[in-house]
Amino acid sequence: MALRELSSLEKYLGLKKPNKYSTQGDKKIPVLQNNNGPPLVGLVTIACHLVKEAKRPELLGDSAESRAVVQQWLEHRVTKLDGCTKEDMKTILKDLNLYLQDKVYLAGNQFTLADVFIYCGVHPLIVDLAVQEKEQYVNVTRWFDHIQHHLGLKHHLPPVVVLRNRIYTSRHH
Amino acid sequence: MKLFVSEGNPHCLKVLAALQVSGVQCDVQYVNHDERVVPFLSRPALPALLLPSGLHLFSSNAICRYLFEVSGQDCSELCGQWLEWEATDLQPVLLQALHTAVLQGKGSEVSQVLKGSLNHLEQSLSKGNTPYLTGDAVSVADVVLWAALYPVLSDSSLALDERKCVKTWFDRGAATQSLQSAAQKVLQGKGLQGMKNYMQRQPAPQSSQCRDTQPCNSSPAEGEESERLVSEEEMAAAALTWSTGLSDGPSATNRQHPILPKEGKRNLLVTSALPYVNNVPHLGNIIGCVLSTDVFCRYGRLRDWNVLFVCGTDEYGTATENKAREEGLTPQEICDKYHAIHASIYKWFQIDFDYFGRTTTVKQKEIAQNIFWRLHEHGFLVEDTVEQLRCENCQRFLADRFVEGICPRCNYPEARGDQCDKCGHLINAVELREPQCKVCRQTPVIRSSKHLFLDLPKLESQLELWLNKSTSTGDWTANAKQITRSWLRDGLKPRCITRDLQWGIPVPHPDFKEKVFYVWFDAPIGYLSITANYTDKWEKWWKNPDQVELYNFMAKDNVPFHSVVFPCSLLGAQDNYTLVSHLVATEYLNYEDTKFSKSRGVGVFGDMAKDTGIPSDVWRFYLLYVRPEGQDSAFSWTDMATKNNSELLNNLGNFINRAGMFVTKFFDGCVPAMDLQQEDKKLLALVGWELQRYIQLMDKVKIRDALKHILNISRHGNQYIQVNEPWKKIKGGDTERQRAGTVTGVSVNIACLLSVMLFPYMPTVSQTIRDQLNAPESCMSTMLQGTGTFVCTLCTGHRIGAVSPLFQKLEVDQIEALKKRFGGQQPEDEPPQKKSTAQKAAGTQPATVPAPVAPAEVAAVNGVDPEKAKQLTQAVAEQGEKVRTLKAQKAEKAVVTAEVAILLDLKKQLALAEGKSPEPAPQKGKKK
Repeated sequence: MALRELSSLEKYLGLKKPNKYSTQGDKKIPVLQNNNGPPLVGLVTIACHLVKEAKRPELLGDSAESRAVVQQWLEHRVTKLDGCTKEDMKTILKDLNLYLQDKVYLAGNQFTLADVFIYCGVHPLIVDLAVQEKEQYVNVTRWFDHIQHHLGLKHHLPPVVVLRNRIYTSRHH
Repeated sequence: MKLFVSEGNPHCLKVLAALQVSGVQCDVQYVNHDERVVPFLSRPALPALLLPSGLHLFSSNAICRYLFEVSGQDCSELCGQWLEWEATDLQPVLLQALHTAVLQGKGSEVSQVLKGSLNHLEQSLSKGNTPYLTGDAVSVADVVLWAALYPVLSDSSLALDERKCVKTWFDRGAATQSLQSAAQKVLQGKGLQGMKNYMQRQPAPQSSQCRDTQPCNSSPAEGEESERLVSEEEMAAAALTWSTGLSDGPSATNRQHPILPKEGKRNLLVTSALPYVNNVPHLGNIIGCVLSTDVFCRYGRLRDWNVLFVCGTDEYGTATENKAREEGLTPQEICDKYHAIHASIYKWFQIDFDYFGRTTTVKQKEIAQNIFWRLHEHGFLVEDTVEQLRCENCQRFLADRFVEGICPRCNYPEARGDQCDKCGHLINAVELREPQCKVCRQTPVIRSSKHLFLDLPKLESQLELWLNKSTSTGDWTANAKQITRSWLRDGLKPRCITRDLQWGIPVPHPDFKEKVFYVWFDAPIGYLSITANYTDKWEKWWKNPDQVELYNFMAKDNVPFHSVVFPCSLLGAQDNYTLVSHLVATEYLNYEDTKFSKSRGVGVFGDMAKDTGIPSDVWRFYLLYVRPEGQDSAFSWTDMATKNNSELLNNLGNFINRAGMFVTKFFDGCVPAMDLQQEDKKLLALVGWELQRYIQLMDKVKIRDALKHILNISRHGNQYIQVNEPWKKIKGGDTERQRAGTVTGVSVNIACLLSVMLFPYMPTVSQTIRDQLNAPESCMSTMLQGTGTFVCTLCTGHRIGAVSPLFQKLEVDQIEALKKRFGGQQPEDEPPQKKSTAQKAAGTQPATVPAPVAPAEVAAVNGVDPEKAKQLTQAVAEQGEKVRTLKAQKAEKAVVTAEVAILLDLKKQLALAEGKSPEPAPQKGKKK
């Protein structure tokens, strides 16, 4: 899973030579053999490395603040989203929905690696949502749809259909 | 910029250390663990950093990284890798290590838990051969890891042994001023114990071996409905068990009183919270204590455990005195009257007590006074004076509920002595302005009165030792553990055990002559005295902790008295008392989404249940089906009818009846010859598996969950009959007739198994089934032994009795009538959903009454009938629920279609009544 994610990231970044990855341990942590030094271990570490290699540092944030925000969401993905239980899932989506209320992307107005990571992380959750639930997490859905259509981003994950017109009214109980 | 931290939180240690090392200027604010600082997160997340832009960072590593970057130290790739390792690999094991060390007191296990991570660190450090993780200078990775490991590594009990590189590296960090000062701030010099408070609030870590919750995004989640795959071995094993037949186990129904603990048996002393005598119990009370207890005891007897089930009415206290005054009787007369009412209600519900006693007995006085003297001798009682209101006219001290006055906060004129109904504040009775005695309306005076207190703080350490053991070895429900933990966390205070009342057990101490024991002190002693009234050898149960396991059943509001206060009394008495091993607490049962209320006449009370014409067994079934196990649940008439009609009638009853009818009609009432095929063996394996799950759950007192497995078995059975169509095969050739015989024989044996499994839940129905099948008595004790054995109890040639239907349909109009009669409908003037908003509005603006929703305007529209609309809204909601339930149960299509048609028609009528166009209006959002 993580390996496919890395290779689609490579394609997006336009890296010519695909890297060869291996995994270690039960959790199948990705490892990248590095010619110039010790191997790189961990999804976040390798992804950040790829971004630097492609000379696209803005994908990691263009200020100290946005860099911190990006790092935070990358960490959120690998610590909280991966392997979350059904119970956690609701909270995660609810919180993300509130967070995205006034934002286009996770780091504000700019597309970053955090969007790619969280997109891949929530994809399995979003796929299982019913129409009504997607409307319950309306900001997440809007952002999700936006990312899956992001120019040049070819995902290894199947697109999720999002209805644009609301079929359920927003009356709350 | 502002950094929010809390004391005792190990993540805060990281950010405080990073702040010191980086030298960044930033305000630090200390908050409580539960404080929600980050506005978009629904759970508290600390530490948090408020950035100049107004954004919050909520991950400690991102905060550390940011602080370093602001001070001009960028994070290298290797440094980032360490941070990722820390978050994904180290933190989970650290959490587990802290959990074992801080909460379970097993510091010795820490090094085992951390072994893998420390080895990784050792290897990396020795290979790199640099003083710090990423080179020759301190990086954010060093600071984060030092701080993360500081609590466990600085604790002397953990030896780093041969991990020399880790030791040198860590000591280098631990010696720095920044780390030490951060540690002092977070741990307060208390070491690991400084984190206790924090750790108690964290969910218990899942150790990698026993992960019972499946990650939901790792694999396609397996629905419970999906068919279980049965292996060849399972089938063979099930067939073998089936053929073993009945064993000559002891007969479970023969009970010889008095029951006493027996050598070599599991001896269970089971109590149900003592119901308070001055009221009629409602359904919530019944499911919360006596009914749940009864199911477990019946099950235990089937398991051949040696069970003693005692309960009784709790009779002393102010509330009884009050009730006596209301009804013009003496307290004793009130107790006699209500004790009889309670006993008859429980009898109707078939609660099979071994003894149902009461607390106003000589034994109660003897035992309570004995425990009192023992506590006194051992110095666990302290004296203090309390200011209390006394009514000179009535010649007595006034309990909080007997005083009314003006609320000191909101000036509400009718505030009670314990709480103001208007502003909700807890009040100390002496603070009330212009207090009045509720009985005679005279003004009471403040008098100080001397009282005795149980010195809980002195017993706290002893209690904690015992609690750690009991909660880790026994089956305590999650809420019981949590409530107990929160009591301990807040620290124990001395608790007053005496009162200025007459109706109670006199305090035997000469200095406190006029006083009686506070009910909470003597009520749980009722368990002992009731047992003592049952048998003179009561001490064999109550002073025998090595041989006896004590189960306490109750609703959650009773937990602290059973887990903290009463155990303290018994521990302090130092008389080798049996303390609770398993504390089983339910959540609350609501009534049609509101509370049961005697005063408002809302809800069904014990004495009314029998007037409904619905059999006691069906009541038991439904209450157990919605048992508030793990979360609050609600009683609903419509749901009760649905469950009766779908589960009991169409599923369970239908299967058992069909199986019996086939034997009667096709085989002259004798069980036919059975020649088991693969398909039959597969069914035996499936049924055997459900039986095993049932036993596992019942052993853990998961009563509601276990019931589902009974219903699964009859579902399997119905499917089996449906696929094999014995009614057709019986008309075919020899092979086909033989097949019909096997299917019928297997089915009727499953029916027999069901009767046994049902016994704890529906004793009468269980007996009826066994009568109809003419089942041997020994089937009761055979099948629930060990992990569960489904054997052939009705062998070929066995003659069954007369078969008749077990359940009756509950009709809609019958249910509607009951709903009306018991006030199940919401108050007439408000539709259910508006109610909560109205209450909220009333809460914030107490002076204004919410205006009715512009009736004139609505009435102006032609053909509009608001009254009818209300009724229809309710009907639509109910019909919708019905359709959903049917769909969820995968009911037959024709049935669903018919119900949907009714729903659509109702909606149309509703639209007309609301004055809207009857075109399909936008559907209401589904309630999630």
